[in-house]
Amino acid sequence: MPDTLLFALEASLNGLTAGVMYALVALGFVLIFKASGIFNFAQGVMALFAALTLVGFQSGQIPFSHLINAMFGTRLHHFGWNMPTMLAIPATVLVMIALAILVERFILKHLVNQEPIILFMATIGLAYFLEGVGDIMWGAEVKALDVGLPKGMSSAVDEATFNWFGYGFYIDRLEIWAAGIAAVLVAVLTVFSQYTKQGRALRAVADDHQAALSVGISLRFIWVLTWSIAGIVALVAGIMWGSKSGVQFSLSLIALKALPVLILGGFTSIPGAIVGGLIIGVGEKLFDFFMNPIIGGATENWFAYMLALVFLLFRPQGLFGERIIERV
Amino acid sequence: MLDASPTQTTLLEVNNIEVLYNHVILALKGVSLDVPKGGITAILGGNGAGKSTTLKAISNLIHSERGEVTKGSILYEGRNVVGLDPAELVKSGVVQVMEGRHCFEHLTVEENLLTGAYTRTDGRGAVAAELELVYEYFPRLKERRKSQAGYTSGGEQQMTAIGRALMSRPSMILLDEPSMGLAPQLVEQIFEIVARLNREQGVTFLLAEQNTNVALRYATTGFIMENGRIVMEGKAQDLRENPDVKEFYLGMSDKGRKSFRDVRSYRRRKRWLA
Repeated sequence: MPDTLLFALEASLNGLTAGVMYALVALGFVLIFKASGIFNFAQGVMALFAALTLVGFQSGQIPFSHLINAMFGTRLHHFGWNMPTMLAIPATVLVMIALAILVERFILKHLVNQEPIILFMATIGLAYFLEGVGDIMWGAEVKALDVGLPKGMSSAVDEATFNWFGYGFYIDRLEIWAAGIAAVLVAVLTVFSQYTKQGRALRAVADDHQAALSVGISLRFIWVLTWSIAGIVALVAGIMWGSKSGVQFSLSLIALKALPVLILGGFTSIPGAIVGGLIIGVGEKLFDFFMNPIIGGATENWFAYMLALVFLLFRPQGLFGERIIERV
Repeated sequence: MLDASPTQTTLLEVNNIEVLYNHVILALKGVSLDVPKGGITAILGGNGAGKSTTLKAISNLIHSERGEVTKGSILYEGRNVVGLDPAELVKSGVVQVMEGRHCFEHLTVEENLLTGAYTRTDGRGAVAAELELVYEYFPRLKERRKSQAGYTSGGEQQMTAIGRALMSRPSMILLDEPSMGLAPQLVEQIFEIVARLNREQGVTFLLAEQNTNVALRYATTGFIMENGRIVMEGKAQDLRENPDVKEFYLGMSDKGRKSFRDVRSYRRRKRWLA
């Protein structure tokens, strides 16, 4: 096999795994958008907040310690113990559920029946608020996150590909794990939404709020449910990104990369978010691989947006966006 | 439970309610009506008369349209239900079938029906039995059970909506404009099933209709609304024979059928006199 093809193949494999990361963030957007028609600008920040909370729990950091120290002149910092990961993750899940309840109680409840744009603005506010709270609670420094997922080059892939092609591919083990976890997550979500009573109610609310109300589905409960699920998806995304590049505030910017993914996959489709993420991931890497020698580097920064633009021109509902059913 | 006494018990009592939309638009100006248990009661009237608003005020769906009941009371089985959560009302046995069907388009017909059982807590077996019952009344739905509701015909959607309401095992169904956009034959079929459900399952119906002719044939009692008020009420039989109803709503008079233009001007004159 010629070398260029091998390199391209390696690049696309790496793209696939990077795409999974994008897909994870996009998934959170899709869930909330489907159930409540809200484009949740705070999804990226939720991932950051979840990761911060997880690291904080793990390292036994005292929340708001900077604030307390500043107010009372104390020198608090850590509780002096470490929480095992298996305990810290459920604790963080509980925090994300509490967050969902607070969002419903203080934001959504008061904005029922408002224009989508107003709800969108509210989520921008929420994004800034959460970022600030995350900062005050856990501090702004970059933290390492380790939940025990393997990292570094996968020697199995390296060996196997070396035996086949005489050239070993470099694939990060963390990214293989991320792909596996994302697959499990999507499977669980699909089963939940297709085969359970609450999942059905969730889809019903997505279709028609009024009718859902008329059969006795409580919108407020469904909203808490969706925001909780989105919070948990954000936590998974936060863990993956945090393990890869440390928990830092720029994490909230990955939300921006999710936008082209959503435009590609459609705002209302879970498989769309996954496929969109993969296409962007692979596209980015391949485009970079082939175009780099011609137009210079850094194409990864804009390729996704350009692709999104093309899609907006020719297929605005995305690859898997829900077709608007119109009977003639 | 069957009521053997000749005077029927009242299941729902609406006392002089006023409904305000958006804090400014007065849609109902003091509406009172009694719904006897086990009957089919029809609210009749033209567009904008306040029929739908009355139903939504009862089911409390009015809140999600920025409306509220500002005066009066609504008693269901003696309990004031104004401001109650719609879900609570469904649990206590009142469910609304909304105007224009409102099926969940992307769910299959069967999934649509199952969402109707959302508030039930009596187990899968009971829900499955209910589903079979609904299929018995609407065999057509059983054939289409796996189709996406959005792709079924208007009649099938109306059946789905009524079937979905039945799934909560209601004692009362508020049926808003079941004839909307359906062929006369289908309208007849739907009303036939409503009458059967009323007879065999003991479901009380309160329906809003523009199709006065069909509604008065199947209903036991009727109320006629105009402009947010009830202008006439009585037994369906009496209403059907009432010369004014004949003239204004059934388009018949001693002089034979009239042109619609004459009916309208006549109605306007009548309102002036009233």
